[in-house]
Parts: sequence; structure tokens; C-alpha cells
Amino acid sequence: MKTDSAWKAISTWFGGGSIIWTLLGLALLLLVDAVWVKDFFTLEWRDGHLYGTPVDILHQGSKVMLLALGMTLVIATGGVDLSVGSLMAVAGAIAAWALTAGGMSAASALPLALLVTTLIGSLSGLLVAVLGVQPIVATLVVMVAGRGIAMLVTGGQILTLQDPTLRFIGGGYFLGLPFTVTLVVALLALTLFLTRRTAFGLFIEATGDNETASRFCGVPVRLVKVLVYAFSGFCAALAGIVATGNIHAADSARVGEMMELDAIFAVVVGGTALTGGRFHLLGSLLGALLIQTLTTTMYNLGVPPTVAPVPKAVVIVLVCLLQSPVFQARLRTWKKAKTPEVTA
Amino acid sequence: MRLLRRQHIPLLATVGMLIVLFSVASALYPGFASLRVVANLFSDNAFLGIVAVGMTFVILSGGIDLSVGAVLAFTTILIASLVGAGWHPLLAISVALVLGSGFGAAMGWLIHRFILPPFLVTLAGMFFARGMAFLVQAQSAVVSHPFYDALGDLRLQIGPKAYLPITALLFLLVVLVGIVIARRSRFGRAVYAIGGAEASALMMGLPVGRTKVRVYALSGFCASLGGVAATLYMGSGNPAMGSGLELDAIAAVVIGGTLLTGGVGSVFGTLAGVLIFGTIQSALVFDGRLNSWWLRIVIASLLLAFILLQKALARSASAHP
Repeated sequence: MKTDSAWKAISTWFGGGSIIWTLLGLALLLLVDAVWVKDFFTLEWRDGHLYGTPVDILHQGSKVMLLALGMTLVIATGGVDLSVGSLMAVAGAIAAWALTAGGMSAASALPLALLVTTLIGSLSGLLVAVLGVQPIVATLVVMVAGRGIAMLVTGGQILTLQDPTLRFIGGGYFLGLPFTVTLVVALLALTLFLTRRTAFGLFIEATGDNETASRFCGVPVRLVKVLVYAFSGFCAALAGIVATGNIHAADSARVGEMMELDAIFAVVVGGTALTGGRFHLLGSLLGALLIQTLTTTMYNLGVPPTVAPVPKAVVIVLVCLLQSPVFQARLRTWKKAKTPEVTA
Repeated sequence: MRLLRRQHIPLLATVGMLIVLFSVASALYPGFASLRVVANLFSDNAFLGIVAVGMTFVILSGGIDLSVGAVLAFTTILIASLVGAGWHPLLAISVALVLGSGFGAAMGWLIHRFILPPFLVTLAGMFFARGMAFLVQAQSAVVSHPFYDALGDLRLQIGPKAYLPITALLFLLVVLVGIVIARRSRFGRAVYAIGGAEASALMMGLPVGRTKVRVYALSGFCASLGGVAATLYMGSGNPAMGSGLELDAIAAVVIGGTLLTGGVGSVFGTLAGVLIFGTIQSALVFDGRLNSWWLRIVIASLLLAFILLQKALARSASAHP
């Protein structure tokens, strides 16, 4: 009885049920890995670090996990943020510029990159909240402009970096695991605190559920919207700094390319409906892990990276169908029609 | 009469913008105001334009199609490898066009039948088509066939040293057919009606489901026709081609005065939008000092300006009904 209520408390804390399908999908993939991929679960302790494919998945998936946390809140308000991939490039470009041409130390360059990128992110929030532009369009504008701004900052070149702090963030180890894992856990804790320990989470759900009713109830709908897009920009900036530290270079043309799609995918697979009103932060992280596991599995099975999007597309459509009320209704009527035949 | 004029403001603004941009570029760069530059505007942006015409119908119906760039890439590499395998180019083109339209129709069916968000379904379609393109052939391949070379060399002389190649002619043909379909067919009228108010269209007895499926099929057809134009233009197929093309096409459609909420807009406006896009690009090339990434920033600013103009017009329309 007691454990039951505790479980209930935990699941409401994370946004309630429905992550079961994500977990099942992940388990199924891991089963495939266990059977077909050699030494998939082999972990090795070397030089004070943990090595192995699962650790690698956590590290490689960290960027999408960071993006997915911000994207979850945006989608919960009924919006979507297409600009996160470009904003990653912007953050990387600004950090690289400040460290090289700007002559700044990492202690001031990284906060600068975070701040500027968050401000650009909040710009799409302003467009959505104040001017009433549709989220897809507003963030599309920021996406197109962001890539141009990033190219402008780096002068169209790939800026290589040797800054130790940046390298540590992108590829360092902390407590035996890649530092990126700590970063994801820290951001998850911050997001959970903001949404479950303050009224902010409730305001987000109210806005996504029924904007007009929320406004009449005194929810600061516009402010909530600006804040979620700003937060998404902040998450994108973190992911951009990780990506830049990871390859020791700011590559404005390629960093974060198509990442927005992976982030949206992670959120949808994680059980957050695109219609808004509910969100599952933990589900989004699991969704991001699911994509990364899918990608790594396919690489291990010898599928070329360029063909890897095909199974991803199939999974997206399947998940969408499972979530579609029409499909569920049809499934139910199909079952009903089928049952009498079996019994007769 | 006043209402008619207000509806035409975005289109007039687009055409005005095109004239101003072209005049400024002609004043700044010697040799810009020539028939050859104009002809190049049409041939260099032919595949973007063809794709944008299909996108216009999708956006008019209130949807969006993010798969067009990937479908275009799939078509180019499919044609290249089929012709490479000894097929006649016409047969290869027909197969590619049928596959492109069928793929679009399948996405439209999913969107309509299961009430799924168009951007998510076409996003999945984009992943799928891109992956399939690489599955057909991972490297770019040259299309070499005497018939194809002859087709690629077809061109219409419109002045001294100014030619409209077959890709530009194809683009103009698609625009003309698009205008006729939008303004003179039952299908076109249904598209406008659905984009304006889907529930009303349904109650008026218009075939909403069939029209939606056809809209995405048309966009898939235009995307693969754009792929055909691209193979004629480049003489090769490439599975990595056209990434980001969907955004350029959407930008061209919106700059052309079509409302992203659907129901209002025109194919002619899209033509103007594509030409604006091309003029900025040519001006940047003529200048030489400005880098190509300025194009992104300028396009984003224009996109924003037009969206704000549309918002202002919609607001004034609802304020004075």
C-alpha cells in the first residue's frame, strides 16, 4: 500500500504514466543489442573511467537529451521550437569567437555564449507570445537567421579551439562517467525543480491546455511562453557548447544540423503530446536515449549512417499512430469485431 | 471592393519588393540589368520554383510539407541509377514521378485518416526519403545518356546571349499549370475552401479527405519534378542534394503573400517570391564582398517582415469587418 502511493507520487512528479511504451521500446532495442551485437554490455574500468557502449550511448545522446528538456516545455505549451539546432551553432560560434578573437577566458566566454543564445531564443518567444505568430513560423525564422548569424560570427570558417574548460565539458570525465552525463542530470534536476516545486509547471500545463481560459484565470500566458522559448534557447546553448567542446572546434555550418528533429522526436516518443497541456520530462530523456540506442545499434549492425533515418521515420509514424485517438478507436472496434468470431 | 484590395496588398508588396530589389541591384552592380541575368534567375531557381509551386497548394490547404527536399534528392539519385542500369530516361523519369506522387499521397492519407499533425508526418517522410535516397546509391552519380544530354541542351533564345534552358521552361510551365489549377479547377477551389475553414468546407459537401490526399500527392509530384529539373540542370544525381530546400520553398511561398494559416495566397505570388529569393542570391554573387550566409539573414528578415505585414492586415481586417 505504502509503496503504491510512493510510486504514484514519483510518477506524478515526473508527469504520470505513459512512459511504459518508451521503456518497452528501449528494452526491446537493448534485447536486440544483447543478442546480435557482440560485447554490447561489456563495461570496462580503465584509467579511472568507465568505458563501453552503454556509456558511449549516454555521452553521444547527451546533446539530444539537453535539447529535449527545453523542447518538452515548449511543446507542453502547445508550441514547437525548430531553432534549437541553429542556436547550438550560435552558442558554439560565440564561445569560439570569444575565446580566440575576443581573448576572453572560458569563465566569461561560456556565460556570454549562454546569455546571447538564450536572448536569441527568447526572441522567438516574443514573436509567438506578443505578435501571435505561429510557433513553427516564428522559430523557423530564428532557425534560418541563426545559422546565418553563426556563420557570420565565425566568418564562415571552422574555428579550432584548445581551451581546457571547453574540452572538459565536451569530452571530460567526472565521477568515472563522461561529464555530459552530470550536465544532463543537473539540468534535469533544475527543470524538475522549476516545474514541480514552483507554480511554473502548472502555468505551462494550463497554457498548453486552454490558453484563453488560463488568461482569464490570471495565468501570465505571454510571460510563460517567452520563458519556455528562452529556456529552450538556454538548453540549446548548453548542447552547442557540449558539441563544440566535443570536436574541439566551432563548425557553424554543421553543428546541430537536424538536431531539432531528433529533439522533437525524443519528446514525442517520450509520451508528451504535441497538442500540449501535459509533459513528461523523464519520458523525453528516455526518448532521447531510445533514439541514440537505435542509432548506435544500427551502426553496430553495419547499417550506413546515411540510411539510419529510415527506421527512425518508421518509429516516428508508429508512435504517432499509437497516440492518435482515431487509430486507437479503430483498433478497439477491430478488436470488438474480431472477438465474437474467435468465440464462435 | 475595399476587401478585394486589402487581400491583394501582400501580393502587391511582393511584386513591389521584387521591382525595388532588382532596381537597386541594377543600380549598384553594372551588368545586372541584362536579359541574361533575368534568364539565369529562372534557370538557377527552376527546381526551387517547381517545388515551391507544390508547396503553395499544401500551405493554401493549411498544411505543410517538410519532405520535399529529401524527395527531390531521392528522385535525382533514382533517375541517375536507373539510367545507369540501362533504362530509357523517359521510363526512369516516369517511375520517379509516380513514386514521388505516391509517397506524397501516402503521407496525405496518414495526415487525413488519423488526424496526425502534417509537420510531424512530413518530417518522418523527410527522414524516410533521405535514407532511401542513400540506400539507392550512397555516392552522387552522373546521368549519361544521349537522350538526356539532348534534352539538357534544349533551350529557347530570348535575346542576344540570353537563353531559357529546358529547366526554366519547365518551371514556367509548372507555374502556368499551377495558376490554372488554383483558379480554374474544382480541386483548386476545394483547396482554398479547406484552408479557409475546414469545418465549413466539410459541411458544404466538399471532398475534404480526397482533396487533402491530392494536395500532398501534388506536392510529392512537384518535388520529384523538381528532382528531374535538378538532374537536367546538374547532369547528375546526388542523395545529399536539397537539404534545407523545404525551408527555402516555404520562405518563397510566404514571401509570395500566401498566408501560412491557409486559404489566402496565389501561385503567381510564389513565382514572385522565388524571383526575390533568386535576385538576392544573384546580387550577393555580383557583389562578391558579401558572403553567402548573408542570404540566410536577409531571407529571415524578409520572411519576418512579410509575416508581420500579414498579421497587421489580418488585424485591420478583423477590426473593420
